[in-house]
Amino acid sequence: MERKIRVLLAKPGLDGHDRGIKVIASAFRDAGFEVIYTGLRQTPEMIAEAAIQEDVDAIGMSVLSGAHMTLFPVVLNLLREKKAEHILLFGGGIIPEEDIEKLEKMGVGKLFTPGAITSEAIEYLKEEIPKRRKEEKLF
Amino acid sequence: MSERESLKKIREEKKRWEEKVQNKNPEKKYQTHSKIPVEILYTPDDLDDFDYFKDLSFPGEYPYTRGIRHNMYRGKLWTMRQFSGMGTPKQTNARYHFLLERGQTGLSVAFDLPTLMGYDSDHLRSKGEVGKCGVAVDSLDDMETMFSKISLDRISTSMTINAPASILLAMYVAVGEKQGVLSEKLTGTLQNDILKEYIAQKEWIFPPEPSIRLITDIMEFCSQHVPKWNTISISGYHIREAGSTAVQELAFTLADGFAYVEAGIKAGLDVDSFAPRLSFFFNSHLDFFEEIAKYRAARRIWARHMKEKYKAKKKESWLLRFHTQTAGCTLTAQQPENNIVRTAFEALAAVLGGTQSLHTNSMDETLALPSEQAVQIALRTQQLIAYESAVADTIDPLAGSYYLETLTNKMENEAERYFEEIEKRGGVLKCIEEGYFQKEIANAAYRYQREIEKKERIIVGLNDFIIPGEKIEIPIVKIDEKVEREQVENLKKVKQTRDNDKVKRGLQELKKTASGTENTMPVILDCVRCYATEGEIVDVLREVFGEYQEAPMF
Repeated sequence: MERKIRVLLAKPGLDGHDRGIKVIASAFRDAGFEVIYTGLRQTPEMIAEAAIQEDVDAIGMSVLSGAHMTLFPVVLNLLREKKAEHILLFGGGIIPEEDIEKLEKMGVGKLFTPGAITSEAIEYLKEEIPKRRKEEKLF
Repeated sequence: MSERESLKKIREEKKRWEEKVQNKNPEKKYQTHSKIPVEILYTPDDLDDFDYFKDLSFPGEYPYTRGIRHNMYRGKLWTMRQFSGMGTPKQTNARYHFLLERGQTGLSVAFDLPTLMGYDSDHLRSKGEVGKCGVAVDSLDDMETMFSKISLDRISTSMTINAPASILLAMYVAVGEKQGVLSEKLTGTLQNDILKEYIAQKEWIFPPEPSIRLITDIMEFCSQHVPKWNTISISGYHIREAGSTAVQELAFTLADGFAYVEAGIKAGLDVDSFAPRLSFFFNSHLDFFEEIAKYRAARRIWARHMKEKYKAKKKESWLLRFHTQTAGCTLTAQQPENNIVRTAFEALAAVLGGTQSLHTNSMDETLALPSEQAVQIALRTQQLIAYESAVADTIDPLAGSYYLETLTNKMENEAERYFEEIEKRGGVLKCIEEGYFQKEIANAAYRYQREIEKKERIIVGLNDFIIPGEKIEIPIVKIDEKVEREQVENLKKVKQTRDNDKVKRGLQELKKTASGTENTMPVILDCVRCYATEGEIVDVLREVFGEYQEAPMF
């Protein structure tokens, strides 16, 4: 049987707005994913480390504070440094269109913005993760 | 016909009338946002034990359901106070002048995340966050810039600051000193509500016990030196934004309020020495009548508990004075211009509910900090309500509405049920520790989201009346990355030009005081006067008090 999709959800930086990430966590759980929620104020190092330890398919980061251009690239680089680029980094928050383009170009996955519905994110992972597993010959 | 006979007749007639009502949509459940069932029609029969003097009485008289002042808005309109702060203190000062020139009547400071969390702009954890969600403040120097050419004896200022509230209050007092304004003359509000930080907003630093001590220190200091200052703004706003219902917002906020009252009494203060300076902060969400009922119920509950349970004798201790902010979480990124209308309805509910001050959200706030154009429309919305709609001419104009009075009673009863539950679970702190509030709020938030996704709840422009492929056509503010560099450079300059020996002595003194039981406010004031930074002061307190940790849950 295929392994369940395993996601680490994280709040990096100083932002404490956790309504969105908790809603996502519940929706992912109800969709049958395995969800690990790190809680607040995680440093990029803590997030990358936890993702590797927990052997997840993806990291979802929620950033509502405007610090996304600092936080996403740092986590992405850490994953590369630790040879864990097979882990998909995606996220959500208040992120302007132009920044989304820049981040996606760097290798960040889909970024969901205000008004996005949880089923979009669920569908995205259901499509993306098996593709990645196949490419990486994982599981 | 006697009153009893009349009610009987209404009841019978309503039954007859109801038979004619065709239920065209039997699946649809009519209920408020808090899941209170809503009838198709309300009559005097719904208020059969209504007692005017006990339930409402007159404005400015116990239990204050109709308002806290005898003449309400004829005496003084609500304060128009836009929550505002961005980038550097200089940019923020320019925004304040912009708003004041356009008729704003009070200030409200939005600090950036590093300031809220007690980190200076040059701290590693501040990287990427400086000036983004609000203004960056590191030392007194920044506060002087922020209030440049604004006389603190002529304006009231609200500061949204919690864990490090004592430091920012001290800086404000020190700016007053520089301007020659005595602390006794300063008017304004500190949010300083740490309980709702643990519950909902999550910008905490220290564990509950020392946090409460800092708060009671402020209450005591202000009662002696800043008597016109509102020492805490007990906030439901964030609880609601985190996803709670209106009933939960009402109940959890007032429960927090009672917890502060109990803390003050436990610290040896006379309830009437600090209770008059407690103020409140509520959200105004989409369900128009439920919101109005919430404000009216809040006033009545607070008055009753303060008088009967906490035995406060001063009338001022019974008054629930509150600020309102329209609900940020109801704004949509789609068709953002619609937010102007949403905000107007929410603002109207706050005014009809008797608010003392009001922030109206700008249409672009799901996308960025407000542009000048957007914040001007938001302010104008308040001015339109105040000067054109005539709703402020008579007090509590919806009183006596069968629906609104029923709903007000219902809100009060539901809140009382929550108070009992909280008490049963061992009180507010215990409930925080066990994640009771957090879980209740997260469940309500998830329920709300599912309702939207199943289209049981229509949000215009978001899940219905959509414009496919719409382009956002309003200006979007972006905080320049050079703000961080400028702020860090200025901080370096301040550290080079101040008397560093004096700072060191001040911080050592603070460590001694914080470790003991003396009031921390005077020594924090000494520290900020000699330009010790917020981060330096918080570091000392962190060392003495430790840091709070939350167990993650969803």
